[in-house]
Amino acid sequence: MNTKPIVENRVWQPEFECMPRKELEALQVKRLREAVQRAQKVPFYQQRFAETKITPESIQSLDDIRRLPFTLKADFRDNYPLGFLAIPRSEVSRYQGTSGTTGKPTWTAYSKADVAHWADLCARFLVSGGLRSDHTVQISFGFGLFTGGFGLHNGIQRVGAAIIPISSGNSERQLMTMQDMRPEILICTPSYALKLMDTIIGGSVDRTSIALEHAHFGGEPWTEDMRTRIEDGLKIRCWNNYGMAECGGPGISGECAYRNGMHIQEDHYIFEVVDPDTLEPLPDGERGELVVTPLCREAFPVLRYRTRDIGYIYNDGFCPCGRTTRRMSRILGRTDDMLIIRGVNVFPSQIETALMRVDAVAPHYMIEVSRPAALDEVTVHIEMNPGMFSDSMREMQSIRASIAQAIASITGLHMHINLVQPNTLERFEGKSRRVKDLRNLGC
Amino acid sequence: MKIQQISLFLENKPGHLSAICRTLANAKINIVTLSLADTQQFGIVRLIVEDWQRAQKMLEAAGYVVNVREVVAVTVADRPGGMAELLDIVCTADVNIEYMYAFTFHHGQESVLVFRFDNPDKAIAALKAAGRDVLDAVSLFSRHVE
Repeated sequence: MNTKPIVENRVWQPEFECMPRKELEALQVKRLREAVQRAQKVPFYQQRFAETKITPESIQSLDDIRRLPFTLKADFRDNYPLGFLAIPRSEVSRYQGTSGTTGKPTWTAYSKADVAHWADLCARFLVSGGLRSDHTVQISFGFGLFTGGFGLHNGIQRVGAAIIPISSGNSERQLMTMQDMRPEILICTPSYALKLMDTIIGGSVDRTSIALEHAHFGGEPWTEDMRTRIEDGLKIRCWNNYGMAECGGPGISGECAYRNGMHIQEDHYIFEVVDPDTLEPLPDGERGELVVTPLCREAFPVLRYRTRDIGYIYNDGFCPCGRTTRRMSRILGRTDDMLIIRGVNVFPSQIETALMRVDAVAPHYMIEVSRPAALDEVTVHIEMNPGMFSDSMREMQSIRASIAQAIASITGLHMHINLVQPNTLERFEGKSRRVKDLRNLGC
Repeated sequence: MKIQQISLFLENKPGHLSAICRTLANAKINIVTLSLADTQQFGIVRLIVEDWQRAQKMLEAAGYVVNVREVVAVTVADRPGGMAELLDIVCTADVNIEYMYAFTFHHGQESVLVFRFDNPDKAIAALKAAGRDVLDAVSLFSRHVE
């Protein structure tokens, strides 16, 4: 455990973040009961509560969470678009979304209070990672359905710093803005920071013309190696945080000044780590699937969300920062085949949906992900079949273009399309594995 | 009056074209002519062979994606302007050429042009009306033997 802070140790909401453990746990039980009460308005949970005779009153201790049903990504698809909405639409303040497993997104909704809580949760990790109200922040996350853009925006606004909402893409404009507007804080994906760094230390931008001190990364997993490279290359501090749209977006956990893992915002979230096969709870320190229960979300209550992210909870006692909350590791992998490409969640099933749109019979395919430079590149290898093949080159080019376009319209990403001869791609027994990930993410 | 042409999908990789030729060679099928349309990544091989049904079977058995299309073969004088005159006929008939290729059987003979038209029947009618020699399979392959 690190015993010296890297930056000044600051806590945004000490009344919650440093709450005595007993009080915190009592608050969790009370809020879990309220969460069950809100979930009673969702038909998906009504049905499950009826089967297992669960009522808000039956939640008496934290262990009672194990009696609640799990929620899977597929449950959102089955209740698309807003089956989990627990407040009238007139009271919704914000909709955000993330990739669904097929052609449609997974929606989530926020009440006015949810948006306010979200802002505080983001403010917590931003402040502990160096943000002050006199700072200027360049947000290079996409502003759209992605929870990263508006989530961090809300948090920075809550702290009172100035925002440059430049959004993602166009590296030249990003670097020009960094030089001309001199933000001290950068918000982006770690791989995008690597790309910008290559330009800066490549010599085309003078480092002294840039005022950057900190970067907050999100949207994709990264490693300590990447942190060291970026911190050494750019002479800044890089901070990690965690969240997913299904449970409200970023702000679920984040690092403190001591950098002893990510503090879980336990007044707002209950974390479990389970064995992904048996779904039995694992002790702190053991790797397993993270299961997240948001406690305060009014608009879109979700119980025991199986994130498919693999990580563990630290078991080495309290952090010197003064927070009483438990801490979690980086995300070490996934229990499903979801890919994160340039910060965007991609499911192989989305590629299949796209292929079916072009040709009724989805051909055999393989997704290859690589990182030739700083950014991810995806090539979809597709085996030709008689239904797709034409003797006309123009038609072949147009099939290729329509596949690329169908994939882009579903995933939002441009992928390279490589047509190959039949029976030349690897076949796997049992669960078909369609992904070859050549990025060395060290997870 | 139409000729059956076999097309195959081909990855643009060393050895892939020769593997196709080898498959046909092993089956003792002679390639009368071959044309290749390619991009950096993949290509389309178009073949004219006498026994196209057998060639199709052999190639499909070897794992290739094959399709068979009707094309039009026309003779053209092997001299300057020979091709231009022929194309004028097609153009006047308002038929589009999707692709074409040319070959000669033996040195000094007339050439044969192979066309894939968007409207082959209309093209054939126009060519014949202009007195052109549109070859059917029998006459095409008998020339080959000469």
